[in-house]
Amino acid sequence: MAKTLFEKIWDRHVVKTIEGGPSVLYIDKHLIHEVTSPQAFKGIENRGLEVFRPHQIVATADHNVPTIHQELPIKEELSRVQVQKLVENCKRHHIELYGLGHPYQGIVHVIGPELGITQPGMTIVCGDSHTSTHGAFGSIAFGIGTSEVEMVMATQCLMQSKPKLMRINVEGPLGKGVVSKDIILYIIAKISASGATGYFVEYAGSAIRNLSMEARMTICNMSIEMGARGGMIAPDETTFEYVKGREFAPKGAEWDRKLAEWKELYSDKDAKFDLEINIDAAGIEPMITYGTNPGMGVSVGGRIPTSADPKALTYMGLQAGTAIKGKKVDYVFIGSCTNSRIEDLRQVASFVKGKKKADNVEVWVVPGSKQVEQQAIKEGIDKVFEAAGFNLRQPGCSACLAMNEDKIPAGKYCISTSNRNFEGRQGPNARTLLASPLTAAAAAITGEVADIREFI
Amino acid sequence: MSKKSINKITSTAVPLREENVDTDQIIPARFLKATSREGFGENLFRDWRYNSDGSPKKDFVLNNPTYSGRILVAGKNFGCGSSREHAAWAIKDAGFDVVVSSFFADIFKNNALNNFLLPVTVSEEFLQGLFTTIQKDPKAMITVDLEAQTISNDAAGRTEKFEINNYKKTCLLNGYDDIDYLLSIRSEITTFEKAHT
Repeated sequence: MAKTLFEKIWDRHVVKTIEGGPSVLYIDKHLIHEVTSPQAFKGIENRGLEVFRPHQIVATADHNVPTIHQELPIKEELSRVQVQKLVENCKRHHIELYGLGHPYQGIVHVIGPELGITQPGMTIVCGDSHTSTHGAFGSIAFGIGTSEVEMVMATQCLMQSKPKLMRINVEGPLGKGVVSKDIILYIIAKISASGATGYFVEYAGSAIRNLSMEARMTICNMSIEMGARGGMIAPDETTFEYVKGREFAPKGAEWDRKLAEWKELYSDKDAKFDLEINIDAAGIEPMITYGTNPGMGVSVGGRIPTSADPKALTYMGLQAGTAIKGKKVDYVFIGSCTNSRIEDLRQVASFVKGKKKADNVEVWVVPGSKQVEQQAIKEGIDKVFEAAGFNLRQPGCSACLAMNEDKIPAGKYCISTSNRNFEGRQGPNARTLLASPLTAAAAAITGEVADIREFI
Repeated sequence: MSKKSINKITSTAVPLREENVDTDQIIPARFLKATSREGFGENLFRDWRYNSDGSPKKDFVLNNPTYSGRILVAGKNFGCGSSREHAAWAIKDAGFDVVVSSFFADIFKNNALNNFLLPVTVSEEFLQGLFTTIQKDPKAMITVDLEAQTISNDAAGRTEKFEINNYKKTCLLNGYDDIDYLLSIRSEITTFEKAHT
């Protein structure tokens, strides 16, 4: 019987199915971080249990870490305690931790792929909704709550009902200045912030196939922003090339065996999806959001819809029917699990080289990991940013969720390469405009919402 | 957190007409620093509920003494965004046992169920009927019967069936956790591992 990519992986991981109920799904890799794990550790300890498969768990500190002076003790007590708890818990339960100071530390969804932990065909979970990022490798990857983190720690399994399946086909060449972030913002604007709830999404089509792994990760990352449990892309030569040779990627004969398996991971020709959506890539322009959920987006050259939610516009201090281009911004944030990889930094640097930031903006660039940071330094990208007046910080989630000190002040506008523009997401009463790294770079130089196509 | 079974709940309800209530509104990230499950209720809807100086915002429904109860009634697409289970903990900790909406985000729904907070999905029409009833009479009683899978807006004489997975229903009625079940089949999991490596 013809199967989808999702079904091929799912079926291989079902331990058993309860009649009329969920399946017991086996989890290959479990990523954990400081914020959603302490209660889970406490839970298994209260039950007198050991972690069932500690070597299938990898930990890092990212959500709540400072992005300057990481070598110093964390100033804020609650944050310090939370990060310290992770260190203690990992030590006690024999879990590999890439914590502060470790050369592999970084945002959990950046380090998994760059270390070769993330591989095609796997089931991957993490107590973070952007776990969908890993689906870019052709894996089933999704975010879970802390009770589920505890279940995976205790049994390496989860109770899951099979989601409905959607395929989004994006065909054709991308326009000038249009990058993968624009594709996903366009899709979410089209189907809304809840348009894929209950579904797992496969992205397909020539426009997707032509993307790099970093760009594919950006797309899968934001699947949750339209309500999808996860997103995935069938692995291909681009995927295999990316994984090969990475720290934890299979080697030698094991590589050959795995590669043969991975090559079978695609949706069969006659596979059935519950819903298919076709998108013409030529219709996608550089995108930006104007409201308070990621579905409230328009092309940079467009106008805020007259039908826009008045409450969202009041919060954002914007008017329906007006152009968004030319709107002054105060901050530019380039970072987060959506857009903080080396390719993102390279894109920004190549545009910014030889230019200076506008006086009215503060620009924060937060690399996704220590490895990204080191690579940027190696390539001289740090010098480009320094000359432009950008502030290159240290790895972490930072102003994406403003859990640490990196907060956008109340009422200020921030063009952000992150994934959420919810009220208060980047700090109480902060106003977020989501965009691609290129559009963010253009805003950094001009001090306002600008159309990147006019500069390249 | 002490967990308990759920069956029939009859209570007044608190109306939150907002749609797309994301988990950053339910509990902002800066309040996720605790390492226990308790105490999140005081920061439930923090930035809608309090001014920056900590004084309560008078127009927010949770600060309005007219409304109280164990049932939170909210607009569609409730609980979207982050996977933080702290959102479910905060709602439960603030004294709610049921959240009613016309649409729930997936991860929130799972998190709620894992904490014996019952998410009840109703039709948009029934939801609007609830809002009308509560607005007319904040003391109106709403009944949620898990066994029968019904929710009743008694004042309006309306009852609607709601869907819940049979397995989850059994768990909630009996106070079982997924983890109890998973632990009971660890030997099957080990057998599965051996066959798949």
